[in-house]
Amino acid sequence: MKKFLSGNEAFAEGIRLARPQVISAYPITPQTIVVERLSEMVEDGSLTAEYVHVESEHSALSCAIGASAAGARAFTATSSQGLLYMAECLYYAAGGRFPIVMMNADRSTALPWNIYGDQRDSLSQLDSGWIQAYAENAQEALDLALMSYRIAEDKRVSTPYMANLDGFVLTHTYETVDIPTREQADSFLQPYETDNRIDFDNPRNMAFSAGPDTNYIFKYKEHEGVLAAREVISETEAAFTEIFGRQYTGLTENYLTEDADYIIVTLGSIAGLCRETADKLRGQGIKAGVVRIRYMRPFPNVEIADVLRNVKAYAVLEKDVSFGNEGTVFTNVNSALKKAGIDVRGYNFIGGLGGRNISAADIENIYTSITDGTDAVNFIGIGGEDNGK
Amino acid sequence: MTEIIWLGRGGQGAFTAAKLLGAAYTIGADDKYALAFPSFGPERRGAPVRAFTKLDTKPVADRSQTEKADFIVVLDDTLYTPDLRDLLREGGSIIVNSKKPTDGALTFDAEGIAEDYRLPTVNTVMFGLLVGMSGVVTSAEAEEAIKGYMPAKIQERNIAALRRAVQEVSE
Repeated sequence: MKKFLSGNEAFAEGIRLARPQVISAYPITPQTIVVERLSEMVEDGSLTAEYVHVESEHSALSCAIGASAAGARAFTATSSQGLLYMAECLYYAAGGRFPIVMMNADRSTALPWNIYGDQRDSLSQLDSGWIQAYAENAQEALDLALMSYRIAEDKRVSTPYMANLDGFVLTHTYETVDIPTREQADSFLQPYETDNRIDFDNPRNMAFSAGPDTNYIFKYKEHEGVLAAREVISETEAAFTEIFGRQYTGLTENYLTEDADYIIVTLGSIAGLCRETADKLRGQGIKAGVVRIRYMRPFPNVEIADVLRNVKAYAVLEKDVSFGNEGTVFTNVNSALKKAGIDVRGYNFIGGLGGRNISAADIENIYTSITDGTDAVNFIGIGGEDNGK
Repeated sequence: MTEIIWLGRGGQGAFTAAKLLGAAYTIGADDKYALAFPSFGPERRGAPVRAFTKLDTKPVADRSQTEKADFIVVLDDTLYTPDLRDLLREGGSIIVNSKKPTDGALTFDAEGIAEDYRLPTVNTVMFGLLVGMSGVVTSAEAEEAIKGYMPAKIQERNIAALRRAVQEVSE
């Protein structure tokens, strides 16, 4: 069924179809609508779940961890300062191997206080052990909601999953979304079953401490779980296409990259405008392409190396900066190339902080700048900063 | 791509109108795409708000606020200023809810129509005026959108007001 929905509403529809048994919610702009819609669904009986109003984000994720430890499929959602406030629990969820799904509405972090979209909140938590996906549009948001549990709960993975939606430009923008049927969804996603739960008949030790002699083994296995998601994502997407028809392309999505001389690597909703600009430049004879990173964890090392191997230059466009260094996505992309022994000139473009608009002209300017050569790290609208060049 | 900017005050339903247009355009059509979004930020009753609808026959990639519109629809005439014309594409029009004529804009007494149908706000009337003048969607598609996205108890009055507004400018 087709409906005209916002990103938040589309994600809520996907979660309804995924049948979470426990939802813990604490509202924060621009995430609020997703938990509001879910509360309405629980109220009108179209979703059977325990809906828990908690007093903070720290409690929201703690509650989801408890629910998951009881063997329930758990959902929560947050944004910005809320994500940072629950940061302690992110590591508990990942280390405990609880396959919770959380939506994060990507939003700026204070100070200066700001409710608008950038990606500094989620990218600051790359090391927390969660799978991190970034949606581009409302349909992908709904589809990620449905796929997320199948990926997170796979026994090879057993890792929590964070689905990121750009604040406002995705969470609050309405577009046409195809909502699958209940039957389709149920044939795609089976109920959650796990041994990693409290069981009075077969008691086991959970969420324990581990000293120096064994701790590193758990950390290594946690790392392996996130890495295993790479294969599971691709299997899940193939199964998804069979039932729902829509196709997804794993950790990255390439556009006009095959013969490209100049590529912008980016993530989230800005990718559409990058593709449109690449089309325009192709019309002028410039071989422009776009790589959209769909998953930051596990990181697409192989995909990035393959696609950037033969370009003349690439740019990483991101709504993030790691102060005193560069954008974190840029760091990750460069590392992928270094590991593959590829030496291509790369440039970082930081934009959209605090929700500032990135225009078509800005993106065209990125392609032009990397053709001519520019500073290593550039703030759109401010200028370059000679950093490590 | 056809782009519409809606201007209103918080509570007048400008964003609802923007959404209804997007829904109407894409109803029953697989080859039509729309985006609708408000000027992002905290919502306050009475404060000026903008909303945007983008309509195209391919997926709309540009999610940024409209810089040049084909139509600007103003729900409250105190928000009309002549420099709104800078936001218009060549051949574009500004439609204003006003009891008195205004230079550079088409004015209609939308409030009068809304009152006839006991509607507290003019958003579906302005939607109807836009539909009648622009033909970007049919009156039937607009009615479908109201049926799909407005609460059941206010649908009938809004549909009647929309029809009347469409007629008003079609005659």
